[in-house]
Amino acid sequence: MPRLKVTIITGRSLSQGRSKELGKFSDKYRESVAVCELDPKDLRALRIRPGTNVRIRTKYGKVVLKAVKSTQSPHRGIVFLPYGPWASVIMGAETQGTGMPSFKGVPGRIEPARKESVSDLRQLLGIVER
Amino acid sequence: MSLVRKNVVCPFCGCLCDDIELTVEGDAITKARNSCTIGSTKFLNYGKDRLLRPRMREEGTLTEVRIDRAIMRSAEILAKASYPLLYGWSSTSCEANEVGVELADYLGGVIDNTSSVCHGPTILGVHDVGESTCTLGEVRNRADLIVYWGCNPVHSHPRHMTRYTVTSKGLFRQSRKERTLIVVDVRKTHTAKLADRFIRIEPGRDFELLSALRMLVMDQEIDAKKVAGIPVNKLEDLAELLISCEFGALFFGLGLTMSAGKNRNIDAALSLVRDLNRRTKFVIMPMRGHFNVAGANKVSTWETGYPFAVDFSHGYPTYNPGDASAVDLLSRGECDAALVVASDPVSNFPKAAVRNLLDIPLIVIDPHETPTSMVANVSIPSAFVGIEAVGTAYRMDGVPLMLKKVLEPPKDLLPDTEILRRILKAVRGIRGRM
Repeated sequence: MPRLKVTIITGRSLSQGRSKELGKFSDKYRESVAVCELDPKDLRALRIRPGTNVRIRTKYGKVVLKAVKSTQSPHRGIVFLPYGPWASVIMGAETQGTGMPSFKGVPGRIEPARKESVSDLRQLLGIVER
Repeated sequence: MSLVRKNVVCPFCGCLCDDIELTVEGDAITKARNSCTIGSTKFLNYGKDRLLRPRMREEGTLTEVRIDRAIMRSAEILAKASYPLLYGWSSTSCEANEVGVELADYLGGVIDNTSSVCHGPTILGVHDVGESTCTLGEVRNRADLIVYWGCNPVHSHPRHMTRYTVTSKGLFRQSRKERTLIVVDVRKTHTAKLADRFIRIEPGRDFELLSALRMLVMDQEIDAKKVAGIPVNKLEDLAELLISCEFGALFFGLGLTMSAGKNRNIDAALSLVRDLNRRTKFVIMPMRGHFNVAGANKVSTWETGYPFAVDFSHGYPTYNPGDASAVDLLSRGECDAALVVASDPVSNFPKAAVRNLLDIPLIVIDPHETPTSMVANVSIPSAFVGIEAVGTAYRMDGVPLMLKKVLEPPKDLLPDTEILRRILKAVRGIRGRM
């Protein structure tokens, strides 16, 4: 199975900003935030079409997200994740004495996960819920 | 009957656009003019996914309770805690922040705002270097060169370019033709696609590139072919462009604060702008995210001397980001209770920090249902500041603006300030008896 080493960056997106205002438990929020944006060449290297689910792993955890074709390419080897609960699952808490965790430039691996589904928010919270 | 409210301030991002026109029909906003797509979505949908009744978690199940009971339970949790964390504060008013600081002081806890996970490193950089800054009005009127470094305003601050920079109509610069736009980013973002010059930097190499530009601005030579993936001759052209402007403005985002180097990247950016001021006029400004994150820093500073991560456990305020900042405290499991105001750390903190937040009694004050309010022991709904309650907020350039009330809140919902005052009063009562 094809697998890529990538650098993960998280950030804001217009659709994340808009859908947040519709409620974090809305389908729109999930559709906007439980995604990762890949460079078209990386999609080809993974031999997947846009809309296919992928698994992203870092040393802090793993998450299944829907891969979408980036409209802000080129950025080969860089995967963009909108801020939110799905991205937070694979981020580390070290702050190097600053208070700020590293939410950008996190090394990770990405591979197709066609048979797995993207967690909904309640499931995702189940990972950590009391 | 419809009513048009003019010059409403938008409570979304640090731009605090103050020219919004809202049409109000009955108890709903039916039209929002002048706002960006996110601002419009906020105004037209602010009633969705609201928390409407206070809730408490009793024996594992959530039960709706009266506001007085929720306030008393919150006060009991906080009064019994020996080291509570009071976190959030960026999406509420300065007045609420003021009560928050008083509460943290009285409790001997920690108060930290969301800047510790956004522009906290910027503040650390400013402590080290200082900053050359101005208001956004000055930028609009005078700047002929705009740099966006590690930020994507098309997505995060959608009206920043039209109100304050490249396409704004200023006194002395009136159109896009009179301004040059440089964008530095790891991706060719939608902002970068509008740039006259796009510099695609390798991830995590900002400090290197900023330092190289400092050398070139100071007429030093670089003994390398490339820096951060960019040919040196291209950087020489860039340095030339920077020093040849009449008034330059560098705006930067979390691309600098969240990447390797963090506050050291900011030191380098602030130093580059300081160096540029030997050659021309240049200013620098962080693109603040939440609408009152700048205000949270201001209130914290004027009340305690420190802008975030303020620890009162010694009986007086101390400041040590990396130690008394929310993610660090939670990751080490040091707090024994938490109060979260207008924020959603369960969604946005790394898993290791969230796990510990869930191990301690958690109180949430928020207008919305969020993953954090879902898992809280006590959740108290509040009126929406800037729509249902008045308050002061600070724009990203440090200009304070008055947020307006355009509608009544749903029945029995109080503003954050009032809820916090009642909690503080109840805490004083309980501690007085302890």
